[in-house]
Amino acid sequence: MTTKLMGQKVQRVEDQRFLRGQGRYVDDVAVEPPGSPRSVLHAAVLRSPHAHARILDIDVSDVLDVEGVHAVYTYDDLASCTPQMAEPLPLLIPHPALTHGRTQYALAKDEVNYVGEAIAFVVADDRYLAEDAVSRIRVDYEFLTPVVGIDAARAATALVHDDVPGNVGARMEQTVGDAPAAIAKAPHRLELDLTVERSACMPMEGRGTVARWDPDLSRLQLWTSTQSSTGVRAAVAVKMGLDLGQVDVITPDVGGGFGVKINHPWPEELLVPMAARALGRTVKFTEDRREHFISSAHERGQVQHIEVGFDDDGRLLGLDVEFWHDHGAFTPYGLIVPIITSTQLLGPYKPQNYRVVFESLYTNTVIVTPYRGAGRPQGCYAMERTMDAIAKYLGKDRADVRAVNFIQPDEFPYDQGLIFQDGRELEYDSGDYPASLEKIKKLVGWEEFPAFKAEMAAQGRKVGIGLACYVEGTGVGPYEGAHVHIETSGRVKVATGLTTQGQGHATVFAQLVADELGCSFEDVEVVTGDTRRMPYAVGTFASRAAVMSGSAIHLAAKRAKEKVLKIAAEALEADESDLQIVGGVVSVKGSPGTSIDLGTVSVLSNPLRYAFDEKSKAATQFSVGDPGKPPVAEDDEPGLEGKDFYSPERATFASGMHAVIVETDPETAEITILKYAVVHDCGHLINPMIVEGQIHGGVAQGIGGALYERMAYDDSGQLLNASFMDFLMPYVTEIPDGIDIDHLETPSPLNPLGIKGAGEAGVIPSAAVFAAAIEDAEGIPITAMPISPSELFTLRHSREHSA
Amino acid sequence: MSEELHDLRVTVNGATHDIRVPARRLLSDALRHDLGLTGTHVGCEHGVCGACTILVDGAPTRACLMFAVSAQGAEITTVEGLTNADGSLGPVQQAFAECHGLQCGFCTPGFLTTITAGLRDNPRPTHEEARDMVAGNLCRCTGYQNIVKAVERAAEIQANA
Repeated sequence: MTTKLMGQKVQRVEDQRFLRGQGRYVDDVAVEPPGSPRSVLHAAVLRSPHAHARILDIDVSDVLDVEGVHAVYTYDDLASCTPQMAEPLPLLIPHPALTHGRTQYALAKDEVNYVGEAIAFVVADDRYLAEDAVSRIRVDYEFLTPVVGIDAARAATALVHDDVPGNVGARMEQTVGDAPAAIAKAPHRLELDLTVERSACMPMEGRGTVARWDPDLSRLQLWTSTQSSTGVRAAVAVKMGLDLGQVDVITPDVGGGFGVKINHPWPEELLVPMAARALGRTVKFTEDRREHFISSAHERGQVQHIEVGFDDDGRLLGLDVEFWHDHGAFTPYGLIVPIITSTQLLGPYKPQNYRVVFESLYTNTVIVTPYRGAGRPQGCYAMERTMDAIAKYLGKDRADVRAVNFIQPDEFPYDQGLIFQDGRELEYDSGDYPASLEKIKKLVGWEEFPAFKAEMAAQGRKVGIGLACYVEGTGVGPYEGAHVHIETSGRVKVATGLTTQGQGHATVFAQLVADELGCSFEDVEVVTGDTRRMPYAVGTFASRAAVMSGSAIHLAAKRAKEKVLKIAAEALEADESDLQIVGGVVSVKGSPGTSIDLGTVSVLSNPLRYAFDEKSKAATQFSVGDPGKPPVAEDDEPGLEGKDFYSPERATFASGMHAVIVETDPETAEITILKYAVVHDCGHLINPMIVEGQIHGGVAQGIGGALYERMAYDDSGQLLNASFMDFLMPYVTEIPDGIDIDHLETPSPLNPLGIKGAGEAGVIPSAAVFAAAIEDAEGIPITAMPISPSELFTLRHSREHSA
Repeated sequence: MSEELHDLRVTVNGATHDIRVPARRLLSDALRHDLGLTGTHVGCEHGVCGACTILVDGAPTRACLMFAVSAQGAEITTVEGLTNADGSLGPVQQAFAECHGLQCGFCTPGFLTTITAGLRDNPRPTHEEARDMVAGNLCRCTGYQNIVKAVERAAEIQANA
């Protein structure tokens, strides 16, 4: 038998293209030099410079005569495409609690609600000319009062939308037991007020869309940098008045997503195909970096109030959480982020009694949609800061307080009694939190730390340690599918509909197929995110690709294998149960001479009238077939293919714990990471190299989010740091030299491979773990994240003055 | 009024190209859209991220901060020019594959060119020097751990070549 590839550190197949500069990202599609007959037209967007204003007039007359400009569109032109193009963009995830959901128009109608909102769309020979034209459009505005930040939204002295009272888009409450009563009766009580600021995904590649309309076929081809090809396809079809069958969406290589590319359709994903059809030309929109800052999406901003009651051991008796979530100017992605915060806040713990209520608030800022972690980092921050506060209050070890609250390994499946983001019960499938805690304590040197701290203090140095635990619901439904096709060449073509943004799907999915089918890994070719190859799919988010598509691919390969064995058994005149497939060859166990390769099985799977090469002769009508039977049996179909779907009852829950040791400079308040440790449990690993890469990346993004990155809006709603010069993403110099990782593998009982998602985990505990470590080093409560050296310096200063 | 065009001759990865470009056309756009060398990526258009880094007469240069016309007569190397003559991966590319130094691959070309020049000037970097070598490029996927490993592995591959 060959070694199973599941669990192996297999090198990535996609790297061969990427490393040669042969990746094909959306801006690499339809590249034709200007002046060539097939040259592509380029679009630019006029965006609102104001956070809140009424549009009185748009004058495009200066644009029309500019040489090289092909078209300019404003809101008034949209209805000429279809009536629905002039309707608001879809509200993707409706929810009964979202009583005041609002979405923007593809181009602003009468009013703008954030700096960056699209107002006009220009198509020209190149991007330079398109931007020239944009600068010639004149708009008259009547200024309205901008609402910026959660405090202003709650105060509601001004409204973002006139018809949304109090700026409240949604109020939602979930309860288990009676938390207020339990807290009132508890021997000990604490209250915490916490804040987290806005940040954003910031993939290195921004958004982009290319569209080509084929008038001969009445068919639209669209390439877009998305996390949901099928979502974009459905939205574009509706808006353009086309049947689904007339729209092909292809997601090429994507230069990072981290959540922001799951929202759809972006205005440009509709405007580009609209212009392509109207102009009969290929049209391309490639976002620039400033546009990405002001017109894609942000996340994280929340204000939290927590009340907790607990016993002498630190055991939770009641937890009552209220939080206010800034969702920006519109709610295309519904309430997913705050729902995740409110449910995943519980982490690995049993709260006994829990009440959570949130308000999701409008502000005149960029929309908020999921960013890696998607509300979990804020929930983890709320819960872990609470655990730290309880430990401090009782004078107990922070790890011990966590341990008394853990769900125990024999308590799974454990139903938290809440409804999760997928509308299903928040029921944890498996986990072993005490084992994880032991591992993380060992890995970071928890027990040895007090001695280290004392040693450092003797040298005048300040160090602190932090610990944070999380549970992550991964692999949410509704489903994913896969198609496996064994070609007559013996090559295996695999398609799944969700998309890829760097996770190495072409490698891990090929590992699964090679294992199940017994073909060689090199013969497997995986395509993702192409609606021509797999029209039924959901998308890549919520750490779901490995779980959902991985399981679907495994099942589809199994079906293909069943067919292989049936045909091969007939050809080899053997019993199916005596056959094995190794290295792409089916043979009878014990007699390797009696064999047939997968390519030949594929030839035999498709009864032919016509031969077109030597190989296909074997399948023609005078060569094979039982004259007494139909060439294709009633319950069969031609071709060597397998197709299947995976649709789990509910999510599978990965978990983990992070610990960090930081040093804070007594003079400058600079924060240095001395050690970062991760214990991670995502069930069985398909490719440990790739999982570790995901953790590294998540940790780095989390460090950015905890110590450097924030969206700096001023009171007028201008984003002051909308560039990589001012929005401080970490370089290698900000990331520790080495991240210690240990794995625990608690398999999921919910899917055939026992896997759980891993993509977001690295970023979830960051704000919590850094706040804890800095607080430990400084002895000052840390209640607002991210925290910069200047802010720490100010905190020290104000404490000295209040003392 | 159409834009004035300027004749430009550049050598890219050993091949000479004659093109006509407006004075304001960025070198990154000329490489990508006029010459079709889309391996050079543009991440920020203001010289911070380093994704567009190419070698101009051997020196790592942000292609997004240079006008194409100012590359007149220059010898340019892009990521497409880093493979060996037989088409196999060059040492830095090979090291990235072995060390899992890339995920989405968008920033990768800029790292590859930067490290290629870095190792030419300092073929045996210390660990600290390996980290410094990539300290001017942003990557949002990898957390840099494996990129630093790849620098050291590339040095090893070159030393053994």
